[in-house]
Formats: sequence, structure tokens, C-alpha cells
Amino acid sequence: MIEVLRPGMMLTVQDAGRFGFRHAGVSQAGPMDQGAHALANALVGNGPQAAALEFATTGGTFRAHSACRIAVTGGTPEVRIDTDVVAAGESHRMEKGQTLSIGTMPDSTWGYLAVSGGFEVPLVMGSRATHLRSGIGALVQAGAHLPLGSHDPRAPCYTTYRQPAPLPATTIIRAVAGPQDDAFAPEVLEQFFGDVFTVSPKRDRMAMVLDGPALPARHGHDIVSDGTVMGSVQVPGSGHPLVLMAESQTTGGYPKIATVIGADLARLAQLPTGRKFRFEKVTQEKAEDLWVHHIRHQRALLHPLRVKIARRRP
Amino acid sequence: MACPDIPRRTIMDDIRILPCGDQALSFQISDRIDPDVNARIIALAAALGAAAIAGVTEYVPTYRALLVRYDPEVLRGAELARHLRRLYASLQPDRAPARLWRIPVWYGGPAALDLADLAAEKGMTAEALAALHSASDFRVFMIGFAPGFAYLGGLPEALHTPRLEIPRQMVPAGAIGIGGQQASINSVAGPSGWRFIGSTPVRLFDPARNPAFLLTAGDAVRFTPVDAATYDRLTARAATGDPLVAPEVLS
Repeated sequence: MIEVLRPGMMLTVQDAGRFGFRHAGVSQAGPMDQGAHALANALVGNGPQAAALEFATTGGTFRAHSACRIAVTGGTPEVRIDTDVVAAGESHRMEKGQTLSIGTMPDSTWGYLAVSGGFEVPLVMGSRATHLRSGIGALVQAGAHLPLGSHDPRAPCYTTYRQPAPLPATTIIRAVAGPQDDAFAPEVLEQFFGDVFTVSPKRDRMAMVLDGPALPARHGHDIVSDGTVMGSVQVPGSGHPLVLMAESQTTGGYPKIATVIGADLARLAQLPTGRKFRFEKVTQEKAEDLWVHHIRHQRALLHPLRVKIARRRP
Repeated sequence: MACPDIPRRTIMDDIRILPCGDQALSFQISDRIDPDVNARIIALAAALGAAAIAGVTEYVPTYRALLVRYDPEVLRGAELARHLRRLYASLQPDRAPARLWRIPVWYGGPAALDLADLAAEKGMTAEALAALHSASDFRVFMIGFAPGFAYLGGLPEALHTPRLEIPRQMVPAGAIGIGGQQASINSVAGPSGWRFIGSTPVRLFDPARNPAFLLTAGDAVRFTPVDAATYDRLTARAATGDPLVAPEVLS
């Protein structure tokens, strides 16, 4: 059992996502940064489907009501167990009664706390992913007691052989044009795939609104509604694009100028507010290659993990 | 029943296969809202499901397009497009809905936010407006936007009404709406710019209930007027997880 003493921002329980319900109007939810979520789980010996906590920039403080292993991923906040500073990106043992504090991440947005056993909140439609808009689960509040699944608190702690790549200074986010790129004049498409955009503060698990050049559509911004995916770049009447994220609506009536590729979705989600970036155009075929490479790289990062040599206790 | 009035050749010529990133594509056959177009999309979705193609992970039928998600480690978009073209070319779409839902509606109460205004605007009584709405045959064109939210076609022209310029912040679940030429049943509470004329006790989405969802794209819907007392009684039953309604299977 983990007690939430002080929740960080936007604190939710997320497993890998609730797939298979888009036809019924429910998007996948799950982590904004799938790789960081999977890494946190792997570091504490959980399977990839286990539920972890996701937070936006600041983690909060937690008390362990039983011995367990914990890992924080998604960025490099200051992490303390009682008063000891411990590293993010590897797992650590906590004893019953100890307190975990997770500070603010300097250069990323979505952080993860995984605990051995996983958070066993009730399954809804086969998943533990919180979907705020659909009324599935809710923000985790102070005083919450989150049950853990069965686990061995004495199992080894892990770190990775390779660290996840840090964010480059100039950020390029790759995207495939369409499905409604033809709703925009060629010069507007050129602006989209060339000009600088800024991550605006209007962002949540549903969507990220981008500041930058306005992108007028040729014949207005209403289309006959069709399906969306995580990464769809919609352009509403304001002309300012927004990227649909994990908890988005499943259909939309605005033209979608492009779709952020799977391999770059987590990097986009992790950009700090105010960060500038550019879109770069890739073909669907190239984007498929990049995705396959991306997930194989991600798997290689998790298997094998390196066992940490346990600290001697006095 | 096939669609004899639309030549197959024209149908094929309208096909556009649009990339949606690296794990989805949209098989689009038209840019119109039309029951025949929608029936073909729903038939294609059924054919795709029956074909059980490895690497197809999920699909979403909408008005005039089928969004298909795939796993590029197993199946490439170009290959999926070939599968979809083949399936579409051998479709036998059936225009007639297979299921009919009779949804009870109280044309009144707190969710009938626009009933009086709309009736006045249309030069009819609220009772006449309700009678017109409940005498119409609706078709579920698609489920989307929010969990279980049903976009309905078949709204009589006399009831077509533009959406509000400034959406309301909170409209309750179950509210019966009109937006342009479409009708809707609100599945969850939320903001909306649609106009609302009543409320159903039926919950189109209840994550704690099995089944969590009721309507599916392609279903037929008719609204049955009920009074306030019946509405209250049914609402109490719905709160216990009772779906209240079951579909009639149409031959």
C-alpha cells in the first residue's frame, strides 16, 4: 500500500492504455510517454501492463506502508527516500514507513512513479488507465491509499545499461502529412513544415495547443467528422494547430494537416512549455520504419537491465 | 439489399486512402453525410473484422471513412490499403439497419434547455415539436467524440437548427440534442453547443455496467415520449446499472 501525502500535478494512475474502444468513443488514455512508463515498470520488476502513477512536472510525496521497490522515470527530478537523495532512472528499495519525495523535473513534462506489484486500482473495461474526460478514474488526491499487487520487495534493484537519450537542444518533431493536408494551400503546408512552433501552456492529457503561424484552411475549418489518433494535428478555426494526445476525442470535425509519428510522440509530449520546435515531413513508409526501429530500441533498453549491487547496511 | 442506384464504378472512383501517421490510415469513400455511404463504411468495417488480418489492431467507422489502426511490425500501410481495396470491391452492403432501439425521452425538464425557444422559432408548440421528433426514424451514423456519443441522421428538415455560437459549459448525460442537420444523445456530461429538447434516462455509456455501451454505428433509433413520473422511475432503475432498453432485431 502506498499513501499519497501530497500529490504532484495531474497525478493519475495509468497502465499501458485501454485499447480497442475507439469505435465506442473511448481513446486509449495510458501514458503520455509510453517508453518512460515501460521503463519505470521494468525497473521494479513489473510487467509492461502494470499501473504506475503519472504526474506533470512535479511528483509529490508518498509513504510506503510496506516494503517495496520504486523507480521514477520521465525526467530528472530530485528524488529522496526520507532524507537520502537517490537517482531517477533506477529502482530503489523502500522500507515500511519511509517517505518518498519527488521534486520538479527541470527539462521534461511527464514523470512516472512505478512501485513493485503495480497499483491495483479496479479494472474498468479491462484496464486501469485513468480517463478523466470519460469519468473513468480521477485525479489522485492527498490521503489516497493505493493498493499494490503481489510482489517480492527483496528482489534486486535495477538500472539500465544505456540511459534514455536526452532531449537535443534543437527539437525536430517528424510528422506525416495528412489525412487532410489538401485542405491547406501549398504555402500554408510549407509554413507548417518549416516555421517554428512553441509549446503553449494550453496542454493536458487530451491535447497540446501550439503557438506559431496561423494555418488557414482553404475552404473553412469544418469537415465531415472522421477518426483521430494520438498525434493527429488538428487545425480549428483559430488557425492554431493542436496535437491530440492520449486522452483525446476519438473523432473530430476539424481538418488534420498532419500526424506526429509514433517514434516522436513521447518527445513532443515531454517538451517543456515554452520550448520551440519545428515539424519535419516524412512519408508514411519512412515513419513505419522509424517506429519499428524505435520500439526495438526501446525493448533493447529494457532487456536486459543491470542488477545494482545492494548497498551494505550498517 | 445492395445499393443499385449508385454504379460500382463511381464508388470505386471516390476512394481515397489517407495516411494518419505510421500506425493508421483512413479509407475514405466520400465527403458527404449520406446513409448509403455510411452503410458501405459500416459494411467494410464488418468485412475487415471478419477477415481477421494480422496486424490490424483497431478500426473506427465514421460517416464516410473507416479509420484503421495497424501495427507496422506486422503489417505495413501499403499492404493494408491493398486488403481494404480488395474487401471494398467485393462488398455487399446492406442499407437496412439490423437493430432498432426505442429510447424513452421526456420532452421537458432541466435538460430541455432549448425546447421552448426552438418551438417558438419554428412556429410550433413544444408538443408538436416533440411529436415530430418522436415520429422520425433515426440512424446511428457513428459513435465518437465522447464515450458512446451517438451521431444520429434522420432529423426532419423542419427541426434543423444551427449550433450555439458559444457552447454551454455543462450539459447533462442523457440530454437529447439537435446540431445542424444531426441529432444526438449525450452520453456523458460535458460542454456542448448543440440545442437540447429533452432527456432520456437511458445511459449510453456506463463503465460499471456490462455492456458499458449500447448503440453501435448502423443501428436504428426511435424516440418514445414518456412523462416526468416515468422518467424519474426509469432514472432510478438506470442508476442501479439497468440498461432499460434492449434492441429489436430487424429482419
